[in-house]
Amino acid sequence: MNTVGNDEKSGAPLPNENGYFGDYGGRFVAETLMQPLLDLEAAYKKYMSDDEFLAELDDDLTHYVGRPSPLYFAKRWSEEIGGAKIFLKREDLNHTGAHKVNNTVGQALLAKRMGKPRVIAETGAGQHGVATATIAARLGLECCVYMGEDDIKRQSTNVFRMKLLGAQVVPVTSGSRTLKDALNEALRDWVTNVDTTFYIIGTVAGPHPYPVIVRDFQSIIGRETRSQCLEQIGSLPDALVACVGGGSNAIGLFHPFINDSDVAMVGVEAGGEGVASGRHSAPLSAGIPGVLHGNRTYLMQDECGQIESTHSISAGLDYPGVGPEHSWLKDIGRAQYETVNDSEALQAFDRLTTLEGIIPALETSHALAYAEKLAAVMGQGKTIVVNLSGRGDKDIQTIATLNSITL
Amino acid sequence: MNRINTCFEKLNSDGTKGLIAFVTAGDPSVDATSDIMHALVAGGADIIELGVPFSDPIADGEVIQRASERALSHGTSLNDVLDCVDVFRQKDSDTPVILMGYCNPFQRMGLGTLAARCDEVGADGVLVVDLPPEEAAPFKNSFEPLGIAQIFLVAPNSPEERIRKICEYASGFVYFVAVKGVTGDKQFDGNEIKDNINRTKNIAGIPVGLGFGIRSSQAAGDAAAISDGVVVGSAIVEIIEKGETVSEIVENVTHFVREIRTGINGSV
Repeated sequence: MNTVGNDEKSGAPLPNENGYFGDYGGRFVAETLMQPLLDLEAAYKKYMSDDEFLAELDDDLTHYVGRPSPLYFAKRWSEEIGGAKIFLKREDLNHTGAHKVNNTVGQALLAKRMGKPRVIAETGAGQHGVATATIAARLGLECCVYMGEDDIKRQSTNVFRMKLLGAQVVPVTSGSRTLKDALNEALRDWVTNVDTTFYIIGTVAGPHPYPVIVRDFQSIIGRETRSQCLEQIGSLPDALVACVGGGSNAIGLFHPFINDSDVAMVGVEAGGEGVASGRHSAPLSAGIPGVLHGNRTYLMQDECGQIESTHSISAGLDYPGVGPEHSWLKDIGRAQYETVNDSEALQAFDRLTTLEGIIPALETSHALAYAEKLAAVMGQGKTIVVNLSGRGDKDIQTIATLNSITL
Repeated sequence: MNRINTCFEKLNSDGTKGLIAFVTAGDPSVDATSDIMHALVAGGADIIELGVPFSDPIADGEVIQRASERALSHGTSLNDVLDCVDVFRQKDSDTPVILMGYCNPFQRMGLGTLAARCDEVGADGVLVVDLPPEEAAPFKNSFEPLGIAQIFLVAPNSPEERIRKICEYASGFVYFVAVKGVTGDKQFDGNEIKDNINRTKNIAGIPVGLGFGIRSSQAAGDAAAISDGVVVGSAIVEIIEKGETVSEIVENVTHFVREIRTGINGSV
């Protein structure tokens, strides 16, 4: 069998020992973080083959997160489109309302095992922040979440949730005041408090081993989807669709299917006001490779190598980089990456809400909008699984403002 | 011979320690940068570290972040930074100049092009903050043939095996980071890092500079006592930030660097 996920020469699973997926990944950090990253990698390897750790993780995912999440056939929506059948992997039904908790549960257990009393996180839409604050509350860990000032305004409900959960939310006022800058500030905190602090990164970016850790914890999405498809449909799906900001929900869905060459994989980036406008967040579709936040990957950057500001209606996709594994999947052609702009995402948000009674997150709405196009093209008899990565309660304010409604 | 090596040899024969002064290029303007570089030398700086502004300086504290933002707000590019060195060299052919920055702008220019331009304008070394030795081979391949030094960081938490790995790649001098944190942050504790600095000195075989959080002549003196050179950055950048005119900045920078120099001389 042709094993896509493995190194061409050695046959070993990717990433390689330096954290590379092909040309992407690595560890581009100041020296102070190198030993902590090596320590984290060693601890991660140890605990991922530790039966007690895995049993605790499994128990948490079942009884605290509420896994497995259902695979739901969106019959009415599919019929309205009149093409392929669309199934939704209901990550929105997880505790805290998104896929993010799959990873924070795992990383927080690691933090506890490594004896770190404090966790920090960056957040864009606030879902990762909430998921981190939640698990920190449960495990009795001090929690500090960095969030761009602009995102604090547009995701105020999630900010309040984090505070209720006992987390400190630190507004980031540098740069573009969004997810990128929150990550910068979290990295600065980590380098300063590295002895006591575990940095729970929320996406499949950052320096090695984070892209692997987050992928592995999120891969439960794809593993469940795979067996649910076989059970409910009797075959694997024809295509997988997921939105891509940093890319954690997409990798979680894609990874277990990577060697199923008949299953197409489509990542959907935020096209903002349209890729041609320059106001978007689509590094895979319109960027070039470079180094940001500890890894080499596709980036939105200018001709001088400065990172460009991004735009998306969804705070969670508003990021100029992307996980290195996606960059590699793009280059080898195993996954394809498309864009959906703000208005298309809003229309899909409306349709899913009114046709299926499911209010999706604005991030997820990008995947939904592309799935509509794809379903129409693929036609009847085909099946598509969309990762319904999060629920849209957090976006109610944004939607209301767009419609000039005061809540 | 590389100016950095010459500089440390002279310091050694004079029985003193080096003062390595950092400023961000393009702050407050590209035109003012070479004047400020001369001001550093006038105050007694032995080596200049010229910051290449980057949009996402994750190893820097607020002061240098703001300097980067000011420089980028009027579009300072890596080419502009190299031009600053070129202008500086018209009046100063001896003082070593090191470019300090982050991976992406360097790689975006192309490492071969960057090395050739460093050679052309007289930049003597490069310090890439987010480049551990594991990722450094492409830089080494471009810089080494032209004799451009590559300065690496050693951290307070770097174990001996990492120090060895870093020193295999390092040339010019090794930059020992005095605190776990970002630039301009907290004061270092000499007792805490002394053993690791000595270990680094023994392994490196080249001078060891000490930087991060050194803001006063007293701290500079303490740092000089346990290292071969002292790096001062944020404290100088703060003076530039407060200055109203270039001539005021030049005067204040020279004065402050002179104080630091006095602190270093008093300790050795």
